[in-house]
Amino acid sequence: MLIEVKNLHAKLSDSEEGDKEILRGINLTIKPGEVHAIMGPNGSGKSTLAKVIAGHPSFEVSSGEINYNINGKAQDILELDPDERSKQGIFLGFQYPVEIPGVSNLSFLRESFNAVCKSQGIDEMEEDAFREYLKPKLKLLEMDESFLDRGVNTGFSGGEKKKNEILQMAVLNPRLSLLDETDSGLDIDALKVVAKGVNSLKNKYNATVLVTHYQRLLDYITPDFVHVLYKGQIIKSGDKSLALELEEKGYDWLIEEANS
Amino acid sequence: MSTEDVLKDDYKYGFYTDIETEEFPKGLNEEVIALLSKKKEEPQWLLDSRIKAFRHWQKMKMPNWAKLKIPEIDFQDLYYYSAPKKKESLSSLDEVDPELLATFEKLGIPLTEQKRITGVAVDVVFDSVSITTTWKEDLEKVGVIFCSISEAIRDYPDLIKKYLGTVVPYSDNFYAALNAAVFSDGSFAYIPKGVTCPMDLSTYFRINAKETGQFERTLIVAEEGSYVNYLEGCTAPQRDENQLHAAIVEIVALDDAEVKYSTVQNWYAGNKEGKGGIYNFVTKRGNCLGRNSKISWTQVEAGSAITWKYPSCNLIGDNSQGAFYSVALTNNMMQADTGTKMVHIGKNTKSTIISKGISAETSQNNYRGLVKIMPGAHGARNYSQCDSMLVGDKCSASTFPYIEVKNNSATVEHEASTTKISEDQLFYLQSRGLDMEKCISLIVNGFCNEVFKTLPLEFSVEAVKLLEMKLENSVG
Repeated sequence: MLIEVKNLHAKLSDSEEGDKEILRGINLTIKPGEVHAIMGPNGSGKSTLAKVIAGHPSFEVSSGEINYNINGKAQDILELDPDERSKQGIFLGFQYPVEIPGVSNLSFLRESFNAVCKSQGIDEMEEDAFREYLKPKLKLLEMDESFLDRGVNTGFSGGEKKKNEILQMAVLNPRLSLLDETDSGLDIDALKVVAKGVNSLKNKYNATVLVTHYQRLLDYITPDFVHVLYKGQIIKSGDKSLALELEEKGYDWLIEEANS
Repeated sequence: MSTEDVLKDDYKYGFYTDIETEEFPKGLNEEVIALLSKKKEEPQWLLDSRIKAFRHWQKMKMPNWAKLKIPEIDFQDLYYYSAPKKKESLSSLDEVDPELLATFEKLGIPLTEQKRITGVAVDVVFDSVSITTTWKEDLEKVGVIFCSISEAIRDYPDLIKKYLGTVVPYSDNFYAALNAAVFSDGSFAYIPKGVTCPMDLSTYFRINAKETGQFERTLIVAEEGSYVNYLEGCTAPQRDENQLHAAIVEIVALDDAEVKYSTVQNWYAGNKEGKGGIYNFVTKRGNCLGRNSKISWTQVEAGSAITWKYPSCNLIGDNSQGAFYSVALTNNMMQADTGTKMVHIGKNTKSTIISKGISAETSQNNYRGLVKIMPGAHGARNYSQCDSMLVGDKCSASTFPYIEVKNNSATVEHEASTTKISEDQLFYLQSRGLDMEKCISLIVNGFCNEVFKTLPLEFSVEAVKLLEMKLENSVG
């Protein structure tokens, strides 16, 4: 087991009493080597699930557990800060990557890489060595080296921002990648590049969770499991064929099935 | 870690050097001024000008137009001169009190010949006097004069008489008048025609004694076609009482000369409750006298309980250029009212203002700037950008830009922005393994990047470290 989400309930941190929970009892187990797709209509809680696992402070877990494998032991990570979760190999690829003006992409990537290395007792890397380390990764994502000297996501196109997320994933080499709508805003060429990047980072020790609206991404990254989220609950799980069925029939039949 | 955590209160330069000193009695009057002038063996004209300034000062009032809450200062309850006891004249460093050498070594400024920093000549000012100037002889070989202002008054009276007080007249403002009356030391630099100063020049100010005001005076003269990079640093012990620092820096740049003046100001800022700290009331101004001359002020203001400071340029020569790059960080109870004045007098003069204010905790951070285009300044251009960043929700930032244009061919641009560190930015960086402090320092350093770029490398490294230290545990 890599991660086990048990009966997870969550709401907005500043929500008032009686406000609706966004996640209402999620159960999900992911093993190393697996690819899971989380689908569902708008507002079903897909992005929230990814953010809660990564520790976003806007959400409060009202009950349930998130157990994550740390050094071979399942540990509840709800008390860990986002940076501590990141150091343990949890990676969130943002739907809307954030701009940090004035900070070069290179120094950001290096600070991030070195922070994670340091926590794992690995030597930090000097700038020149780090540039070398980045070269094949940039090539994989068909990114020009000039990317490194630009401000973090500042003035990037939608496609560049998404590629930059996958570059960060390649740099940090996480055990659990949560990719939130990574396909949105990508044209087909960029989508293929991003998918190639994600596929090449896959191995038997790590797992990927794809949060997506569309089946399109799944043509390029094949999921082992597909889960449908509706009103904060997983209402159906299946294999890749479920995604194809959704593409064809939409969500309504599932929602009716769940309500009956 | 919660975003409400408070700032750490550690100031590593806050130690005190226990040393035997000689001081004048408290208070200020014409006798004290005469005593000071005599002590320094000054010519009569200088004493006369001091007395004139003092009489003028007595008629003046503390300025109150800045957005600052300045407690009443009893100017008769201060020492105006305090100096380490020493032999009559110091011929070499061997005669400097080892305690003083140790003090500066601790501050990161070794002075002995074996240890002095290469590439930078330093004049060190301890309370009221200059202790020593490194690399003096090497500089003399290329004709650069770099010494304390007291030595300059004695050894280069013509230069001093020609330039002292020409950029900042004693009547300029309350603190300038006070300084003109009682300045006790400072630095003098003279770069002769066509010389690019072979190393950076630097003054390091240290206030040590209790209840003592520091009034030093710096004069930099860059002759035709010369170039110099000037650096200034300042620290003081941690004390519960406030201390006054009222300095004047004057720069004169002649035809095609360029002077870059950079300051990293880290005076003791008082404790978290606002007790103690330096009042930094400083007048800095440069005259771009010659054609094509350039003066730039870069400042990183990270200390002092109260900062009142507007490094300015009078752009007199045609095509001359002035620049002001500033990062002002305030935290705890600190107050800063800082900015610049760019006065365009000559044709096609150009000025650039980039100001970055960062406020944290309950501090107050103001930018105040004046861009004045005089009737003769055809084709003058100014670009101003003032950005404020708020860390937390208890601090405040204000921008007071004044623009006076008396020539229609001038172009004046002004941009201003106020930002807060957003939760999204913090979460984004945190989710990449960076802890809260690192996230903030990264965002703040990014915000200041345009200014840090203009600092000499060693200084920019120091500035980044200083901001990191100041923002430690402070989170928005």
